[in-house]
Amino acid sequence: MDEFSRLSLHVPEPAVRPGDQPDFSNVKIPKAGSVPRPEVDVEPEAIRDLAYSIIRVLNREGEAVGAWAGLLSDEELLTGLRHMMLLRAFDARMLMAQRQGKTSFYMQHLGEEAVSCAFRRALRKGDMNFPTYRQAGLLIADDYPMVDMMNQIFSNELDPCHGRQLPVMYTSKEHGFFTISGNLATQYVQAVGWAMASAIKNDTRIAAGWIGDGSTAESDFHSALVFASTYKAPVILNIVNNQWAISTFQGIARGGSGTFAARGLGFGIPALRVDGNDYLAVYAVARWAAERARRNLGPTLIEYVTYRVGAHSTSDDPSAYRPKTESEAWPLGDPVLRLKKHLIVRGAWSEERHAQAEAEIMDQVIQAQKEAESHGTLHAGGRPSVRDIFEGVYAEMPPHIRRQRQKAGY
Amino acid sequence: MARMTMIEAVRSAMDVSMGRDEDVVVFGEDVGYFGGVFRCTQGLQAKYGKTRCFDAPISESGIVGTAIGMAAYGLKPCVEIQFADYMYPAYDQLTQEAARIRYRSNGDFTCPIVVRMPTGGGIFGGQTHSQSPEALFTHVCGLKVIVPSNPYDAKGLLISAIEDPDPVMFLEPKRLYNGPFDGHHERPVTPWSKHELGDVPEGHYAIPIGKAEIRRKGSAVTVIAYGTMVHVALAAAEETGIDAEIIDLRSLLPLDLETIVQSVGKTGRCVVVHEATLTSGFGGELVALVQEHCFYQLEAPVIRVTGWDTPYPHAQEWDYFPGPARVGRALTEAMEA
Repeated sequence: MDEFSRLSLHVPEPAVRPGDQPDFSNVKIPKAGSVPRPEVDVEPEAIRDLAYSIIRVLNREGEAVGAWAGLLSDEELLTGLRHMMLLRAFDARMLMAQRQGKTSFYMQHLGEEAVSCAFRRALRKGDMNFPTYRQAGLLIADDYPMVDMMNQIFSNELDPCHGRQLPVMYTSKEHGFFTISGNLATQYVQAVGWAMASAIKNDTRIAAGWIGDGSTAESDFHSALVFASTYKAPVILNIVNNQWAISTFQGIARGGSGTFAARGLGFGIPALRVDGNDYLAVYAVARWAAERARRNLGPTLIEYVTYRVGAHSTSDDPSAYRPKTESEAWPLGDPVLRLKKHLIVRGAWSEERHAQAEAEIMDQVIQAQKEAESHGTLHAGGRPSVRDIFEGVYAEMPPHIRRQRQKAGY
Repeated sequence: MARMTMIEAVRSAMDVSMGRDEDVVVFGEDVGYFGGVFRCTQGLQAKYGKTRCFDAPISESGIVGTAIGMAAYGLKPCVEIQFADYMYPAYDQLTQEAARIRYRSNGDFTCPIVVRMPTGGGIFGGQTHSQSPEALFTHVCGLKVIVPSNPYDAKGLLISAIEDPDPVMFLEPKRLYNGPFDGHHERPVTPWSKHELGDVPEGHYAIPIGKAEIRRKGSAVTVIAYGTMVHVALAAAEETGIDAEIIDLRSLLPLDLETIVQSVGKTGRCVVVHEATLTSGFGGELVALVQEHCFYQLEAPVIRVTGWDTPYPHAQEWDYFPGPARVGRALTEAMEA
């Protein structure tokens, strides 16, 4: 007899499936304020435990506590709340517009609003994000015109991308928002390249790369960490762990590493894990990483622990792969409600003002939508020209594309 | 004027471009201190400093991916993939990203990068150092694809590529690095110093992308070739005594269709030659264009001479490489049809 039995393959499974009771007992949540705030020039080896903990500022009572608290004024927090509410209202309207056939496709941020909205406020004008499709808060929090986003969602005659790009794959150099690809992970290493360029030119601007938990499995994630580590690029490498990659739970991409943040440790990149539903914590951590980058200390890896409350996109139904009530059981709560509570505790906000703001914001979104719709939606009204298909493949149209355009009748 | 090998010409193009434009940066595997495995970047780090010419990790997707990010910032990266055979990990970045950034963002962002890569066989490199993947690039709208056949063109075209506002794939036939190889592997190599196209101006000059060059005027049959095969075709014409007109495409995308149509319109016969494999190769595109535009002038079927549809073998290299004998037979066949 051989001393070894036959091999078997391990395929990870989430703790629960549809019909089961939601269970997040595996998500270890430290008390708010319990994680120390190291100096930005700390040796990465000295803060290895931060890759396994969760930096939190807001406690259950709505108070901001601990070393990461105290960075934002009432006014800044109210602005943050407004941005998150705006993004949520925007999503609600656009989701409905998709159901009404005004666009082909939509992806919402429900539950993840704090991540991109708070992060943007830690950057400066001129810094560059390389986002995925679930960071529209970067635009909202930088006051990018909502109506331009809608023009693209509706692929109408004022679509900034002239109908060539998918609805939510925005671009805005002016607002530090690199054109979204739609392919996963490619932008992560590009962010490192942009940051390297800024360092090559002795500039002061920094870059931020974005990736989801699922796509950290792509080889570009590894390339990005190697290049960022080797050249000490002034880049913030963000992982938004919203627990789900379409229908695949995060354990399939994470494997045995414990956390996604821990992936940075092997590269000598300081890695932080943060409560992604805590606006104050996201902002504090982003600012820490931005300061490191600006001081030429190199990259930081940040894992935002959050939960994708909605579907991946308008093309899937989460009830087919996870319990319907799972989002209610998510232990880190709702980012809008948590910041609202904090502002009320601070005495800067009230239920009445919140209800009023909600109505005003929805009205603002509806007005923008009316304006956008007056320029057309996907199947009605003004639309981009067929000529636009052929423009912009190259700076100058080569003869073969010109011939094809003429063949198409334009 | 100086006599340069193709390696020196390519190096001179980068040197001139880096000297003229501080936004030009050069990097890749072994490219910095050592100067590249083919020595194309030798001396550039010493001259321009290690933030403008440096070694990269062995990660082609990382090299091209970071180059795309640098281009988005405003730099003009000219990166090296050590062998064209190693470009596949970067293919996603090239096809889905570099090629489409201008289009998908309506020009909000652009991607002026150059990706240099030694291509083709003839050096006993076997299946992983001999490939000619140009058709995998010409199939991608948004890329430009260049294959020079001599030092003069290599320098002028590389300068144009670096100055181009869009991503350019620059495939350097490695068998031509040191001399105009005509496929007669048994003979000693003629160095570029003994060839008129080894005469290269030391300063700046640009050759427009998208213009072919007629290397040999003739009236009997048109040969469409690029890279190493230009020299093989010249030898085949010489040896068969057939008065072939030999077109060196230089740029595959965009393509100089006018020169092709004019020539085939005149000769009525056409042979297409490339080192890459036959099926779905760039030759298929050329043949289709010739029949679309010259059908009524054609007096014979268009013939393709290419690498066989197998991986590139090692020991049987010279039975695989489309040498002058095979090209010569095709010329004869085209004349006899």
